[in-house]
Amino acid sequence: MAKTQIAMKVNGKAVEALVEPRTLLIHFLREELSLTGPHIGCETSHCGACTVDLNGKSVKSCTMFAVQANGADILTIEGIANADGSLHALQEGFREMHGLQCGFCTPGMITRAHRLLQEIPNPSEQEIREGIAGNLCRCTGYQNIVKAIQYAAAKLSGVPAKEAAE
Amino acid sequence: MNEITPTSAERAERLQGLGCKRKRVEDIRFVQGKGNYVDDLRLPGMIFGDFVRSPYGHARIKKIDATKAKAVPGVIAILTAADLKPLSLHYMPTLAGDVQAVLAEEKVLFQNQEVAFVIAETREAAADAVELVEVEYESLPVIVDPFKSMAADAPVLREDIKDKTDGAHGKRKHYNHIFEWDVGDREGTDVAFKKAEVTIKELISYQRVHPCPLETCQCVASFDKIKGELTVWGTFQAPHVIRTVASLISKIPEHKIHVIAPDIGGGFGNKVGAYPGYICSVVASIVTGRPVKWVEDRIENLSSTAFARDYHMTTEIAATKDGRVTGLRVHVLADHGAFDACADPTKWPAGFVNIVTGSYDFPVAHIGVDGVYTNKAPGGVAYRCSFRVTEAAYCIERAMDILAQKLGMDPAELRMKNFIRREQFPYQSALGWEYDSGDYHTAMKKAMDTVGYTKLREEQKDRQAAFKRGETRELMGIGVAFFTEIVGAGPSRNCDILGIAMFDSCEIRIHPTGAVIARMGTKSQGQGHETTYAQILATELGIPADDIAVEEGNTDTAPYGLGTYGSRSTPVAGAATAMAARKIRAKAQMIAAHLLEVSEYDVEWDIDRFRVKGIPERFKTMKEIAWAAYNRVPPGMEPGLEAVNYYDPPNMTFPFGAYICIVDVDVDTGQTKVRRFYALDDCGTRINPMIIEGQVHGGLTEAFAIAMGQEIRYDETGNITGPSLMDYFLPTAVETPKWETDWTTTPSPHHPIGAKGVGESPNVGGVPCFANAVNDAFKFLGSTHISMPHDNWRTWTVAEKLGLHG
Repeated sequence: MAKTQIAMKVNGKAVEALVEPRTLLIHFLREELSLTGPHIGCETSHCGACTVDLNGKSVKSCTMFAVQANGADILTIEGIANADGSLHALQEGFREMHGLQCGFCTPGMITRAHRLLQEIPNPSEQEIREGIAGNLCRCTGYQNIVKAIQYAAAKLSGVPAKEAAE
Repeated sequence: MNEITPTSAERAERLQGLGCKRKRVEDIRFVQGKGNYVDDLRLPGMIFGDFVRSPYGHARIKKIDATKAKAVPGVIAILTAADLKPLSLHYMPTLAGDVQAVLAEEKVLFQNQEVAFVIAETREAAADAVELVEVEYESLPVIVDPFKSMAADAPVLREDIKDKTDGAHGKRKHYNHIFEWDVGDREGTDVAFKKAEVTIKELISYQRVHPCPLETCQCVASFDKIKGELTVWGTFQAPHVIRTVASLISKIPEHKIHVIAPDIGGGFGNKVGAYPGYICSVVASIVTGRPVKWVEDRIENLSSTAFARDYHMTTEIAATKDGRVTGLRVHVLADHGAFDACADPTKWPAGFVNIVTGSYDFPVAHIGVDGVYTNKAPGGVAYRCSFRVTEAAYCIERAMDILAQKLGMDPAELRMKNFIRREQFPYQSALGWEYDSGDYHTAMKKAMDTVGYTKLREEQKDRQAAFKRGETRELMGIGVAFFTEIVGAGPSRNCDILGIAMFDSCEIRIHPTGAVIARMGTKSQGQGHETTYAQILATELGIPADDIAVEEGNTDTAPYGLGTYGSRSTPVAGAATAMAARKIRAKAQMIAAHLLEVSEYDVEWDIDRFRVKGIPERFKTMKEIAWAAYNRVPPGMEPGLEAVNYYDPPNMTFPFGAYICIVDVDVDTGQTKVRRFYALDDCGTRINPMIIEGQVHGGLTEAFAIAMGQEIRYDETGNITGPSLMDYFLPTAVETPKWETDWTTTPSPHHPIGAKGVGESPNVGGVPCFANAVNDAFKFLGSTHISMPHDNWRTWTVAEKLGLHG
């Protein structure tokens, strides 16, 4: 199949590649760029395990072609940590609050939460729950994920969380 | 003691041992996207496999033509049953003593059954070719209702065994019958029912569901022709069993098979068994000499690997007028689908469903189970529970509520009246189990006091009156469930898988610097084993948990074990961990005595060291002892500090809990809002309270999903309806209720650290608790039993039938 030239920025680095037009963005990221943090859970954009940040929006990279991301600025879980390599407040929060178990949804969940905290810097519990409704978790029951995001929101904004998760 | 000497408390705290809320070591890699799951694996020369699947529920295969598919660029080969048959690999043995078609030969028996396996250079080429394999079918009559399986004129499903009158578990009554299993005192139970003052009878059905972990089943098989060795990376909850099964099927010697389960994205029972995808990948790798990756998509996952439940339980209780239970009689019709691939211990075709007497002191009981074939996917796994235990808990907990309703008693009061009393433990149940320990009254009372049970019932009465006056359209329901689990399979006297006793294992090596590696026969799928086993070891060995690495999943390095499912890791491998550590401590004691130049009887253990009795300032820490183990052992002693333990548990463990749930049901929309959910769990000794709470949250969320929406449905022609996340209910953060957790602690008397296991309890207790809450909302209007799932449509329909819509 004929290939198409694409160029984009991924985690701050310029990337150029030749891809089949039908290559999904998630396969491009995982297999061409070896960014295996985002996962594939459903292929129908329900579970959110493949969530990446694209031009300032959370997108599900399993239902988007790589060619559609031509020219885009993409952030994946691999680009979330602080510049000095230390854990981002969200990554720290997920560990502190036991916001993960099997870890499969975690990269998508953190990437989504990262965008959410830019949309709403100090979200209420309800805003967090609605904000991550596109990301499914089968292990945690979400309660500790909510706490993890509140932990990060408080740390990043310097304002204590609006309400506790319990 | 001077200021710089750490106190005993400080030394203990430094260990991060038993009982501490230690942060998980796994998280460091997971939060950075650096987990290592099967699909992350890329090997040089790796190719891809994909299945051609049946569109029919039951059909004869007339012809398979792969000519067009083979012409797709990148396609390497296409396997069918005809290719596997000369190798005797077109069928594979199941854990339940049946066989399952790897690729369908003459007939397909369920929709999406595997028919051909395309091998191609890329996943896209494989997918293209799958579309072009032409299969000609002749459709056959379908059975989807298990109650019709054994009809005189029912179509024959399994032609391969239709004349076999003996199955793996005794006589078969019909060509679509798999097994009959019964336990208990049939005649004694009949007598109890004849004498009974009050009886209830209800068909309690537990719908077919699927564990649906976020990561599907997948593997990479790589056969090295030069060495004759096979390596398989896969989503395996039981890697050692997979290796043994692979060796028995393939005839490759077991030492030449390397099975590796890397990080697993949730299992919940889905990843216990062996699937056609694994076999086909192995064959494909042997044929092509290249590594072959197979990754299920979500529809394949929900429609072909490992359903759960599909139990139809006709349940009767005999009781006195004042509410004392005198007998229990249950008959189960078990729908096993097209092949009996249940993942139970081999001698237990219906798992441990004979825990169905639950938490109550039934003097006599009987349960019979008939397993039947239907045109549905095989499986029958324990979806976040021990073998068939959620079915049993749902059955007895619904039945107790129905009995309470008939007697006009409060359901909590009926339970309190019939609980096994604390002084009766160890308790022999009427169906053959010896419950290890329990204190049910205390747990139930604590739950009732915490939620303010009496006040809630008063509020409910007021609301019911208001509903009847037309002042509200909401019904309030209070669900009470008290469960007893049976986990930790299991003792070798009655538990094995294909002849291998269900022990588990731990091997510990202490290096000269006092750093430790422990390897286990189990395999975490998110439970946090790397964190919690290290905590058991820290307390037992006096070495900080941070200095202890825990490794699982590699059959080359880990000691043999039966894997992680049925909440068996803590009860069995957790015990092995403590026992292996105690062997090391016994040797350490001799080394310490030698170093301190005293008799070994003159030293005593003190948190992280051995000290001379009566002279606490004379001691050797475990770190010092570890170093000495490599250069200054007593004369005649072997150097080194290592131990292995294979633990054969003397009994199962019996965790229990009291759950209370309050719901408000809108009769006009059918919507059920969970106002409050309180879960008290008693899992014996608590290793890491943070992880226990996380397990309970997760298990309750899965219980909520099952009770309120999950169902794998088939239409009458055998089409599976809705096997994708568009239809199959996985709750989001918005629907998921908030959980309140609590505990009591009743240690197991036979476990080295008293732990019982917890991961599955919340699912076992949660499902009946939600179901009882919804039923409780409607019962004052004359409803006795509403089947799960309690989705809005079903609940609205109930309201409609009760005439609540005017």
